[in-house]
Amino acid sequence: MSRDRSLLWFLRLYLLAVFGFVFAPIVASLVFSFNSDRFPTIPLGSFTFKWYVQVWGNESMREAMLNSVIVAAVVSVASTFIGFCTAYTDYRYRFFGKNLYLGLALLPPTIPLVIMGLAMLAWLSRIGLSGHIWSVMIAHTVMCSPFAMAVIRLRLAQMDENLEPAAWNLGATEWGAMRHVVLPFTMPAIVAALCLTAAVSFDEFAVAWFVSGINKTVPVVILEILQGNVDPQINAIGTFVFMTSMTLIVFAQVLLLTRQKKQVGTNE
Amino acid sequence: MSEVLVEFDNAVKRFGSVEAVKRMNLEIYRGEFLALMGSSGCGKTTTLRMLAGLEKPTEGQVRLSGKEMNDVGAHERDTPMVWQSLALFPFLNARENVEFGLRMRGVKKAERSRRALEWLARMDIGDLAERDVAQLSGGQRQRVALARSLVTEPELLLLDEPLSALDANLVIRMQGVLTRLQRELGITFVYVTHSQSEAFAMANRIVIMNEGEIAQIGSPKEIYRTPSNRFVAQFVGRNNILTGEVTSQDGRSVSVRTELGEFNMPATAEASSLLGQSISFVVGADRVALNRQPRGSVNELSCQLISEEFIGSVVTLYLEAPDGTELKAQIQQRELDEINPEPGMSLWLSWEPSQTHILPH
Repeated sequence: MSRDRSLLWFLRLYLLAVFGFVFAPIVASLVFSFNSDRFPTIPLGSFTFKWYVQVWGNESMREAMLNSVIVAAVVSVASTFIGFCTAYTDYRYRFFGKNLYLGLALLPPTIPLVIMGLAMLAWLSRIGLSGHIWSVMIAHTVMCSPFAMAVIRLRLAQMDENLEPAAWNLGATEWGAMRHVVLPFTMPAIVAALCLTAAVSFDEFAVAWFVSGINKTVPVVILEILQGNVDPQINAIGTFVFMTSMTLIVFAQVLLLTRQKKQVGTNE
Repeated sequence: MSEVLVEFDNAVKRFGSVEAVKRMNLEIYRGEFLALMGSSGCGKTTTLRMLAGLEKPTEGQVRLSGKEMNDVGAHERDTPMVWQSLALFPFLNARENVEFGLRMRGVKKAERSRRALEWLARMDIGDLAERDVAQLSGGQRQRVALARSLVTEPELLLLDEPLSALDANLVIRMQGVLTRLQRELGITFVYVTHSQSEAFAMANRIVIMNEGEIAQIGSPKEIYRTPSNRFVAQFVGRNNILTGEVTSQDGRSVSVRTELGEFNMPATAEASSLLGQSISFVVGADRVALNRQPRGSVNELSCQLISEEFIGSVVTLYLEAPDGTELKAQIQQRELDEINPEPGMSLWLSWEPSQTHILPH
């Protein structure tokens, strides 16, 4: 009994430590982004927005931000589309070589990012596409599609297998059933996939650093600033990027979880 | 009534090496309530899906009003189906679900809304039209599914075990709804089920299927009283099946010698013609009498009580003959009270010769 209790306390402490290690740097970054002192020291100086103002005034940062947003938007749409198609073919059809097809579709996240970045750079420069904003979009779409596929496949797994046949039975063509049944049913997962892939693309550094050339995204610019010197601007940018990603991911989670609950309701 | 609406002409459906439906020949008449009954995997649902165009026959044809349907897609047929899972669209409310078929046919918004509401009202759930389907009870969803299938006013409605998810009381209620609806609309219902009580309560004609083949077609009474083979006799249950040799006949009755003794049955032309042959015959469990002492009448055998099953005022007793043959007796509760048996007790089972039905070979 007392051993169980001490084990419980140990596990609780362990969990706390894990969260501590994960969030302490982020919280520190958040706190120092509002600190007037140039160096991150304690005691803190006074509260200030000046680093945010400075970032906003930084031309290369603004450009990178714009690039990141454009890339994230295009990538989320493209990879969600590809992810949906892959998930749907998996859900609906059986064909020769399906496991190979699925294996390939889900492969990208297992490849180390540095290798992926290098390979992308080599490949894209060979076909004359490196150093463009397109390059980042292509590379990120490859990386993000599996995430979209996984999220959408989960939703499709919850779909009554008779739902599509029921639509055909009521006079819907294959496309009609897709538009009026499959898409509405999958919509929460589609929106969640859009958010998740946008967040992944927005944060991704390694591959973007390899292929972006002069069209840098935010993470690439962050590295450049860091290489120069210790600059509290980084804290401001970091906080902003963190907030953006978290908002997207929390939104995606909420969307998926509330739908699941509702689904459970229909099955009672 | 006897006009043929649907015709299965040597229809075969194979999935890989599995023959789900073997050479189906079946005519379904306009306006009838036909039940396709069998245990799971007997091909009844595949038969229904061929009719809906969701499966294409591997061989043979399915005709609807005389027209060959093999190359007509599911969405081009007017053969709506009520699904076992109901397959209601969870992202649409009750009215929008009902409207779906009309929307796919390009009916204008105001018109389809009017017709959907009309059907929901007809199904007594007019006030729930704007509810999400998740907020409806099982019975209410059932009614939405029915309205959704009937809103296009088809000639034929297919039902695939629609009541199997409901609790017993609701099943009885919905049976009433379905029977009334079918009579009122005068359209053809093809009803797939594994439940005898549903099929027997509603259908005009029952098709019993076994391993992809039709085992018997007939009215509920025919299936129940005169099963045409051993499978049907067993499937319908509540039947005692005995096998023996026809040994003698004296003009009025025929005698059959079995492991359990000699039994008599009327000397019909059929029975008389089987002299010297081995036959199986059936005695309905509700046509036997049970006593604690032998009455000395013909067709009597001793057996042991194994267990009993109550269904309201009727009790089914499961018995075993000395050679291990399983026997059943269905008697009234008050008869049971008179006998007051206990498991393991010896009892005497007897029946009138006229209650015997010979299974054709």
